[in-house]
Amino acid sequence: MQPTTSLEAALTALTTVTLNSTLGSYQSFVSRYAGDLLVLTLEHIDIIAISMLLAIPIGISLGVLITFNDTAATVVLWLAGVAMTVPSIALFGLLIPVFGIGEPPVIVSLVLYSQLPLVRNTYVGLNGVDDAVIQSGRGLGMTRIERLRQIQVPMALPVIMTGLRNAVVIIIGVAAIGAFVGAGGLGDFIFQGIRERNIPMIVVTTVVLVVLTLAFDYCFAVSEQLFRLRNGEQIDKARPTRAIWRILS
Amino acid sequence: MSQHAIEFENVRKEYGQTVALDGVSFSVEAGTTTVLVGPSGCGKTTTMKLVNRLEDPTDGTVRFEGEDVQNVEKTSLRRSIGYVIQDIGLFDHMTVAENVGTVPRLKDWDEDRIESRVDELLALMDLPPDQYRENYPRELSGGQRQRVGVARALAADPDLMLMDEPFGALDPITRDNLQDEFLEIQEQINTTILFVTHDIDEALKMGDKIAIYDVGEVVQYDTPENILENPANEFVEDFIGSNRGLKKLQVLPVEDVMDTDDSLVGTSVSELPRGGSEPESAAADGAGAPPHVAPGQSAETALSVLLESECDDLPVVRDGSVVGTVNLEHLHHSKSQRGELAHE
Repeated sequence: MQPTTSLEAALTALTTVTLNSTLGSYQSFVSRYAGDLLVLTLEHIDIIAISMLLAIPIGISLGVLITFNDTAATVVLWLAGVAMTVPSIALFGLLIPVFGIGEPPVIVSLVLYSQLPLVRNTYVGLNGVDDAVIQSGRGLGMTRIERLRQIQVPMALPVIMTGLRNAVVIIIGVAAIGAFVGAGGLGDFIFQGIRERNIPMIVVTTVVLVVLTLAFDYCFAVSEQLFRLRNGEQIDKARPTRAIWRILS
Repeated sequence: MSQHAIEFENVRKEYGQTVALDGVSFSVEAGTTTVLVGPSGCGKTTTMKLVNRLEDPTDGTVRFEGEDVQNVEKTSLRRSIGYVIQDIGLFDHMTVAENVGTVPRLKDWDEDRIESRVDELLALMDLPPDQYRENYPRELSGGQRQRVGVARALAADPDLMLMDEPFGALDPITRDNLQDEFLEIQEQINTTILFVTHDIDEALKMGDKIAIYDVGEVVQYDTPENILENPANEFVEDFIGSNRGLKKLQVLPVEDVMDTDDSLVGTSVSELPRGGSEPESAAADGAGAPPHVAPGQSAETALSVLLESECDDLPVVRDGSVVGTVNLEHLHHSKSQRGELAHE
């Protein structure tokens, strides 16, 4: 009995010490680097924002344009799909000779990666509008552009929003790798953590990255719901959707 | 100078190798309802689409108000013609008011004019504007959605309405009500209507003239009465189906067969002798009133009331006073009388 108890006590003591020291190392990392983490997070958001600002008009216009021509649609969607399969590190490498080092090659890559979800969802959303609705629009004397603006685009907006949401989630992750070619952002700390075997640095930065992704995802999900509501759809509203909808209406 | 709203002249339409229409020629008089009826795939919808240029003919001419539609710009042509389809095709992302205002908005009417026009039409379609303006189509029943569809087609006050099986997707009771309402509305708006259906009963009920289609061609174009009286061929006869006798009574208004010399004529409805048993017919309105019919009701309704009421001479009442009577004898001889009328 006696030895077992002392062994247990020793084990407990050891775990406590380890846990305390682990917790301690995380605490000290956060307290030391909180400011830097915030700066890197903002840098990360900045890269995402610039990329999306460029990607959205390109992707949506491409999606709209290819509804006019089936061959073009096949080609563009195929190319966007191919772009998706190129590993990000390789793509950065390919773009460095043209755009140099730092943010530019990363932003161009992110724009390319976001095209598939954007173009595809725009295309599918516009074509998914009920044929009877399009036909009655034609019969009432709407031109092709009027049908697009007044019927197809508004009805497709929730689907386009989903594409946007997919794109953002993808490129937040890819942007982290961009630190490898000097673009900055949260990837800086992950690479530094790996080099210095600084586990708390890797873990905390990853958690921040995941939280950032989830936050973006959630915001887009809410705005998608708002678009559906505005289109007169009956859906289960998430709590923030309900709140914003009440303020809007 | 032409009082024909639409003229089809030797129209032919091919889709690749398939001939959808051949040698179609007929004219639609302004202010009337013309029904195109036939089995599916017979070309009736194609004929309709030639009018607002959703399709163009391979050969032949389609004229709207005397002008070859090929010379009219597509969108402005379509905006001057109302269009209702079976699937309704309401814009689900717009409110009822926005849906109805579609064509006026395309035509750049000012907001106030659109608003008041929308309210007027919703009231006409029995959808109180205060209640329904801001609703979304998804919140409405099938019948209400089709009313919105009809209101949308009427919005810019078109001279012509094209209606492609507008009541086809509705349940029989709703369909019947909407048909009745639409007949009433048509009296008020007085537009020309081209109406497509595969249902001969609907055709007989709605049409002033009926064009019966076999595959790709019109086999008979005439009034409902004449079609029932003299079917052009076996196909038409089959298409009309059995109980032609009853169908004739359906299209025959009571005023055409009633006896206007009966001794009861001129008495008011309250002075009429009470019938033995009260029929539960819709024709007997007001509690305690003896059985009677209105002049505009069908001879079929009169027959039904006659059979139920056990009286021999059924009074025909307009605005509370008797204008004639109708009995089984009249209904039986209606055929010969119709013949005379047709000659006039």
